[in-house]
Amino acid sequence: MTDITKEAMMPPRSFLSQDAIQVFYRLLAALLICAVLAVLSDSFLSLGNILNVLRQASLTFFIASGLTLVVLTAGLDLSVGANVALSACIAGTVIHKTGSPALGILTGLACGGIVGLLNGIMVTALRIPSFIATYGMLWVLNGLTYWYMAGETLHGFPAGFRQIGSGYLFGLPIPVYLLLVFLGIGTLFAQRTIWGQEIYAIGANPVAARLSGIPVARRLLLVYAVSGTMAGLASIIFLSRLNSAEADIGESLTLPAIAAVLIGGTSLFGGVGTVFGTFIGALILTLVLNGMNLLSVSANWQPLVTGIIVILAVWLDMKTRRRAQ
Amino acid sequence: MREAAVVSEPNPLQRIPGVAIVLVLLIALFSAIAPGFLSVANLSNVLVQSTILTMLALPMTLIIMTEGLDLSMGAVLTLTSLCVAIVSLATKSMLLGLGAGLLVGAAFGVANGWLVAITGIPPFVATLGTLGMAQGLSLIVSDGQSVVGIPHSVRDIYSATLLGIPVPIVMALVTYAAFHGLLYHTRFGTYIFALGGNREALRYAGLSPNKLLIAVYAIGGAMAGIAGLLMTARMNSGHPTAGLGLEFDAIAAVAVGGTSFERGNGWLLGTLLGVLSVGVLRNGLNLISLPSSVQVASVGVLVIVALFLDGLRSRA
Repeated sequence: MTDITKEAMMPPRSFLSQDAIQVFYRLLAALLICAVLAVLSDSFLSLGNILNVLRQASLTFFIASGLTLVVLTAGLDLSVGANVALSACIAGTVIHKTGSPALGILTGLACGGIVGLLNGIMVTALRIPSFIATYGMLWVLNGLTYWYMAGETLHGFPAGFRQIGSGYLFGLPIPVYLLLVFLGIGTLFAQRTIWGQEIYAIGANPVAARLSGIPVARRLLLVYAVSGTMAGLASIIFLSRLNSAEADIGESLTLPAIAAVLIGGTSLFGGVGTVFGTFIGALILTLVLNGMNLLSVSANWQPLVTGIIVILAVWLDMKTRRRAQ
Repeated sequence: MREAAVVSEPNPLQRIPGVAIVLVLLIALFSAIAPGFLSVANLSNVLVQSTILTMLALPMTLIIMTEGLDLSMGAVLTLTSLCVAIVSLATKSMLLGLGAGLLVGAAFGVANGWLVAITGIPPFVATLGTLGMAQGLSLIVSDGQSVVGIPHSVRDIYSATLLGIPVPIVMALVTYAAFHGLLYHTRFGTYIFALGGNREALRYAGLSPNKLLIAVYAIGGAMAGIAGLLMTARMNSGHPTAGLGLEFDAIAAVAVGGTSFERGNGWLLGTLLGVLSVGVLRNGLNLISLPSSVQVASVGVLVIVALFLDGLRSRA
């Protein structure tokens, strides 16, 4: 962890340029995967498939973008997938009971945000290491969701609500517009606001951050709350796209979200990474899984491949950084 | 955090109250509210059901003592359980099945250790990656289906008795004795304390911390292999999601048992009491007809409370 102090002393500008190079490499990798898939499969370059890839990537991105902020502070949020499941089930119930999608959306976002806030409290006030605190939260949420749903499935939502996840606007899926909006907000927040820069500073060197007057605990609370709220947003998109909610929908979401963050070049040790990188990470992961799908590889292979990608991404990241120093 | 481990020698007396009080409180609570909890049949049921967890929680204690973590244990247990089922089904031999489970488990353990020690990837991410891999392999080898029709020799392990004691309990006791001997009465055990407390000292003593770390994770994987045999025997089949999440119960048992996540202090007896606490909690909630989802959530709360208290103690 000592080599991080060196990075903390660099002015914020040099973060950006170094990150720009990292993002460029990853864009190249994404293009390369596209080229390979275009050769291997005829249907890859069809408009339908490309829109499908973008829509899938946007779902991963929503969860991963909030997670990026957490990882930037050298923390981790393992509860995001379980949070999506609980928020989706509660939001779905509210829509069924009240008939009001707006109320359901608000409840979903609030549920996600509250869970995130609880994570933040465990990490800051109770000083539990984030990966253990959020891992405990994962199982608490899992238990709550299964208990709440009691094996039931919520099904059938108003047509207007379903547009959010499955509708189109000017030929593009609506989640893709949301993706662009949150990509913009996330990038602006992280790179161009004082709070964003403070988050980088906390991840690079928490002691120096505290000594220079940054309210570390409050920023950490914010970061975990944002991560939870983004999980809440993802739950709404899921609910609207699948038109149903079950207790187990979150189980396959956490690992891909973490993979997207790490492929995107955000360092597990904090202080280095960008939200845009995470977008590219989500894109690369989705392309790989989509490619496997097109080449008719069984979906059973997906966790194996995602697991290998997570390890490779961290390993490569650590290697390149070690060389850079 | 390293200095703290050197200065404060673990004082078991200070820790006994924590986990023992939890266990006594849980037993008192369920004796009062759960009918039939105190019956001999139920208590022996709690013990037998805790055996698989014991086999995971003991090596998890060693891993956490090295300031590590193994999130892949439940998924690896699932995979080894499937290996036991598939191989014993094909060869009609329980021993070959156990061998296959041990081999696959140890291979995952070595991979975990290699990733943590050699590449330096933080343990919780390295083992999260191997969790995905083990889960994927479980789906692939079983094609998402249960493996049924395994030979009696496997199933009998769970129901057989030795001198009137169920074989799983005998296996758990032998495992505990082995781990106790390993940690407290061998040089390797002393090195494990040093891995968490003072890695530099190991280097100065001319030892390779990396090899030791790989050995610790390999033990964890191998134990998941043995636990896989018990799991297959208990369910009389192999199932591609059977052990998922069990690593969490193991981490809970270790945390409740007073092993610290940051100071290289470990306490095996505490882990054993922690295993029993988790077992009693799940059994008691089951008796008062609360679904397994509530059990999972309460184990989560148990961990968070235990870690909070651990944090308080480390600051005190």
